[in-house]
Amino acid sequence: MDPFILARMQFALNITFHILFPTITIALGWVVLFMLWRWRRTGEAAWLAAYQFWTKVFALSFALGVVSGVTMSFQFGTNWPGFMERAGNIAGPLLGYEVLTAFFLEAGFLGIMLFGRERVSPRLHFIATATVAFGTTLSAFWILSLNSWMQTPAGYEMRDGVLHAVDWWAVIFNPSFPYRLAHKLLASGLTVAFLLSGLSAWQMLKGVERSETRRVMRLGLTLGAVLIPLQILAGDLHGLNTLKHQPAKIAAMEGIWHTERGAPLLLFALPDEQAKENRLAIGIPRLASLVLKHDAEGEIRGLDEFEGAHPPVKPLFFGFRVMVGMGVLMLAFAWGGWWLFRRSGWRGLPRVWLWGLSLMSFSGWIATVAGWYVTEIGRQPFIVHGLLRTQEVAAHNPGSMVAASLAGYATVYLALLVAYVAAIKRMAEKRPAEAPAHLGPDDPQPGGASHGADIPVISRTFA
Amino acid sequence: MNALAATPLVEGSVLPVIFMALMGVSLLLYVVLDGYDLGVGLLTAVAPEADRDRMVASIGPFWDANETWLVLAVGLLLIAFPKAQGVVLTALYAPVVLMLLGLILRGAAFDFRAKGDPAHKRWWDAAFAGGSALAALAQGWMLGRYVTGFDDGAGARVFAAGIALALTACYALLGAGWLLIKTEGELQRRAVVWARRVWPAVIAGLVLVSVASPCLSGTVRARWFELPGIIALAPLPLTAVLALAALRGLLNSHRVLGKLCWAPFALMVVVLTLSFFGLSYSLYPFVVIDRITLWQAAAADESLRFLLVGAVLTLPVILAYSLFSYRVFKGKVRALAY
Repeated sequence: MDPFILARMQFALNITFHILFPTITIALGWVVLFMLWRWRRTGEAAWLAAYQFWTKVFALSFALGVVSGVTMSFQFGTNWPGFMERAGNIAGPLLGYEVLTAFFLEAGFLGIMLFGRERVSPRLHFIATATVAFGTTLSAFWILSLNSWMQTPAGYEMRDGVLHAVDWWAVIFNPSFPYRLAHKLLASGLTVAFLLSGLSAWQMLKGVERSETRRVMRLGLTLGAVLIPLQILAGDLHGLNTLKHQPAKIAAMEGIWHTERGAPLLLFALPDEQAKENRLAIGIPRLASLVLKHDAEGEIRGLDEFEGAHPPVKPLFFGFRVMVGMGVLMLAFAWGGWWLFRRSGWRGLPRVWLWGLSLMSFSGWIATVAGWYVTEIGRQPFIVHGLLRTQEVAAHNPGSMVAASLAGYATVYLALLVAYVAAIKRMAEKRPAEAPAHLGPDDPQPGGASHGADIPVISRTFA
Repeated sequence: MNALAATPLVEGSVLPVIFMALMGVSLLLYVVLDGYDLGVGLLTAVAPEADRDRMVASIGPFWDANETWLVLAVGLLLIAFPKAQGVVLTALYAPVVLMLLGLILRGAAFDFRAKGDPAHKRWWDAAFAGGSALAALAQGWMLGRYVTGFDDGAGARVFAAGIALALTACYALLGAGWLLIKTEGELQRRAVVWARRVWPAVIAGLVLVSVASPCLSGTVRARWFELPGIIALAPLPLTAVLALAALRGLLNSHRVLGKLCWAPFALMVVVLTLSFFGLSYSLYPFVVIDRITLWQAAAADESLRFLLVGAVLTLPVILAYSLFSYRVFKGKVRALAY
């Protein structure tokens, strides 16, 4: 196979694996901080138990994010040496600031957050936890700034084929950055919301409910119910921004081959890249124009205007639909679940809803990865939109070496992914430590299924 | 060939020199910091199962931050020397992949060995020790390849293999030194035995570097044996030899289990720091020896200036909170109660 395609597959594999874990840690950092805060405020052991459980999930996710992130920083050089040669004057400092201001901050305080609770004052421990949460978000800020700059470059000039920064403010706050940052942060919030409610639902189903399970379920459902409409709004604004700056990406997402007025919103179709048309198309007339132009007769530019410079259609077309479909499911489950759970007095949900929420545990991952595929494949054939083609910056490594390392990464990542999900499932099903029940007055005994979780001070044991 | 004579030493701006220094310091910090935790990882392979939890606990709060120095070092290579990073990283493609796979395995094993199915724990332990070994060997191999300017001759490859073993031995000795500081009792005594066993390998490795480097590279030879140079350089190997001799002496003393438990680790840091300065002196001003100087490889001044502001502001803070974290976790590691 073409080493160029292999290099892209390898990078895509790595970045796909990587993004799963920051997507969890960005929001989970704030969620565990909230749990810690609730515990400090109310003194309810259940919040401490929730903090301890979710801190373990955070630690596990963080570790996998770190190791795959280290890999990614090397792959910039091993796979795309030309990227740094040509765009390094801009990409370099943004990455540098990420490492200096965010990565070190997270990693530096993580030790205190995870293991330092009995060694520092509660106040300092709270500050360390807040610092880690802040660090993960700041990290997202820099990385998404760079990513957005690659989509909508600004504040640069090209001298002798090399990009130079002329206005750092314009580089960092490039046109698509605010939208992409908001979209990603909300995606992270939703991923965590469904992980919280999904694991809680699983615990209820399996009869291993703990003192904190209902609180966490309520927290997850509320978070999801609040964030999903915001995400739909942010996604719409992001789409309009993309239409303005990367119209070819929109045309591919919507499967619009020829410029047309009153374009339909396709619910399903099989795009045919050779014939440049859609088969089996089912759509709602004029809706795409209405959504994108806020005018039912609005003109949308088709792929025919971007001959040779537009992304492949199929991955964008389907990726977009997977993302939106997940969003619709999330809306249904978050609002329906919240309403039913509230009506039960925050006590329980029908089994079918518990199964549904359990199946939705990792729905955030699916939506996130689908969305990233849309935006990143949608940048092709460019690495920096309109300025630098991916082909131009690729390394010339022997195909066999790239293929062998690709196989190595794929094996390890698959194994780790299975181990990650299995470990989380195991942790969720494990009954809390043998500590005697110590329940607050407002803490109903959950069906005798569980002990109170007043686990001593240990936040993570190596037992 | 003496390429050095042909390369004017003063060329262009001082910014690339500053960034070279920053990159070097990051690498040195990485080798010392991740060095000890990789070393502890290596030693878990020979440790009884009962000790492993405590060994892992001794590095648990630190390894994330330690590994970040590698990200900074490679980041600075990408950022400050964009015209050299492609040459360096594509020449080192295979060992980079192996190192990364090693780091991934061991980083994941930290958590999985505690949180996964207990029946799988020994597999994660194997991944932890094996990943540490793979990362250490790959790093040594890369260092060896780098020093010889990616020379493809058989001699250069044997040299690189030697460095791979030598660096791994250095890490193991650092790791044993770390365990002397952080543990007590049976495990601490075992660490002394490990340190004694690995010490000759460290000596052999450093001798190999000192003898083979000038043989393999004309530039290094010229640097080392020029008249003013040799006088300036002489204290480096002499001090290193003294430090290693003192280290070996200490390992025979019972005080290494008590008051002086920090000393072997500190002496090993001295040795690595001296080796680092020796290496820097031999290579400067090249990013890729005999081929690319740091000025030829550097990014545009305006980019370096923009990043330097951030580096000057953040690095002292990073060092401060890193030291703080070490203070919080000072003292002997408490078994399991982390």
